[in-house]
Amino acid sequence: MPTQPASAGAMSHASRLAEVWDSLSRVTDPELDRSVTEMKFVSAVTLGEDGRVGIRFRLPTYWCAPNFAFMMADDMRAAVAALPWVSAVSVVLDEHMYAETINRGMAQGCSFADTFGEEADGNLDDVRRIFLLKAFQRRQEAMLLHLRDLGFAPDALARMTLSELDALTLDEAGALARTRYLERRDAAGPLAADALAFVTTEGQPLAPADFAAHLKRLRSVRVNAEFNGALCSGLLAARYEFDTTTPLKSQRPHS
Amino acid sequence: MFRTKTGEEIFVIDGHTHFWDGSPANQKNIHGKQFIDCFFAYHTNLSPPEERWPKEKFEKYDARTMYDDLFVRGYDDMAILQPTYLTDFYKSGFNTTERNAELKKTHPDRFILNGAFDPRDGTKGLEHMHELKEKYNITGAKLYTAEWRGESKGYKLSDKESYRFLEEAQKLGIRNIHVHKGPTIIPLNRDAFDVADVDDVATSFQDLNFIVEHCGLPRLDDFCWIATQETNVYAGLAVALPFIHTRPGYFAHVISELLFWVGEDKILYGSDYGIWTPKWIVDRFMAFELPDDVVKETGVPLTMQAKKKILGLNAARLYGIDVDAQKAKLKRAA
Repeated sequence: MPTQPASAGAMSHASRLAEVWDSLSRVTDPELDRSVTEMKFVSAVTLGEDGRVGIRFRLPTYWCAPNFAFMMADDMRAAVAALPWVSAVSVVLDEHMYAETINRGMAQGCSFADTFGEEADGNLDDVRRIFLLKAFQRRQEAMLLHLRDLGFAPDALARMTLSELDALTLDEAGALARTRYLERRDAAGPLAADALAFVTTEGQPLAPADFAAHLKRLRSVRVNAEFNGALCSGLLAARYEFDTTTPLKSQRPHS
Repeated sequence: MFRTKTGEEIFVIDGHTHFWDGSPANQKNIHGKQFIDCFFAYHTNLSPPEERWPKEKFEKYDARTMYDDLFVRGYDDMAILQPTYLTDFYKSGFNTTERNAELKKTHPDRFILNGAFDPRDGTKGLEHMHELKEKYNITGAKLYTAEWRGESKGYKLSDKESYRFLEEAQKLGIRNIHVHKGPTIIPLNRDAFDVADVDDVATSFQDLNFIVEHCGLPRLDDFCWIATQETNVYAGLAVALPFIHTRPGYFAHVISELLFWVGEDKILYGSDYGIWTPKWIVDRFMAFELPDDVVKETGVPLTMQAKKKILGLNAARLYGIDVDAQKAKLKRAA
């Protein structure tokens, strides 16, 4: 665990809460590539004595895949534990078929394989990689479409290096697309400055002649993820009957 | 039967219906309760407010209600009964072939009765498949690869035992294999929604048709890629269709992807009754037009001809229904 700096005591309750929510907002549902706070999965954050943090979360259904549930719980724990003033993090999943198992694993700091024992049949590296690549594809599409609309031709995009992409002057939407893309670009290969900005999931260059076909594949990844996001949001709202009284608002310092 | 404004009759086969008992009296454990609660969340989330049912009706409805919802109030001409056993969650099963057979018996011209099999049942399971064939002459089956069975939390179509079952199904003429690829649970460490096993068996069993229910959602992208390479893989629209009301923009994108990759000859309408009812779904589907920007993106329109195929003609082809003869038969019966 990180050590606690001397100045930490001076931080207010509200600013600590804000830091926790901010850290959580960078944790994504791997399947949806959307933040667990934006999806309203995190239902409560509490601050205890001596830098202890409690996080509760819930998912759209009782049946949501336990591997993804575990990944989110583990990622939330790691993200919040990285804050310098945090001494311990507890993550609790509510109303899920594997809640008890996952919560026990979290409490004991176990890996996925240790948490689920023989049932797990290995670790989560492969499935994590599949969804990192899907996030990479989706974010690449957003970047490519933005640049295409700015007038970049397929051959220029296929040739563009990472440093050239980095040097482009973009508006706010474009800059955000670039930040998001670069966060996932390493899923498809190393990030040397002279490396190509846009590659396939195998790290291969894009052929300008296949550019349209490449975009079609990326489009289906996007359509799928957006549909799933809408379905999950809707199911969560139906399950917890969100309306005007969602408890999130009172606990969350900023949205 | 749906009639267009110009008076044209459109024959409707509902590819996905259930006659279930999810009532508390039939629930075996907490999973049984959570299962029907989860279905109810799908229902309340995606139905128009005026089409929502009370929880009690949703948990268990009778045969008369189902008949009326499908064929009297709804536009269905025929409906395929897809079983979901879930015997680990429900005392007498959730929606078994035997339960569905009650409806088929009373209304033989309205229903297509499908069976189910599970490779994990071994030789007994094969015998059961023969029994279903002899007793009901089934030509289709619904497989639920993620269903729990004792210690097992699911299987893959490409497993060795599954091959044995598919070989037998092919031999018996049970040629339409509906595979549930949709909301599911396990395997824990893999992607539970993986559709790669469909690819494998579609190549190996050319005489079988694989109808992927819920069109592979939440892995539509992977499914489209597979379906485009296999001639005998179809997309069932249940779960995607009701988005037409609450989130038409998403529906437009999903149906466009399917039209582009899978094609209008290989998409099947299904209401997923009793999660949703055919009346409003078909009304909205017939009235639905793709937004221009989506058509521009994919280059594929949703034509009247495509709607007719999706609503009935494709299923008729798979199940060997002569539409004109069936129409005449239903008219005589009425």
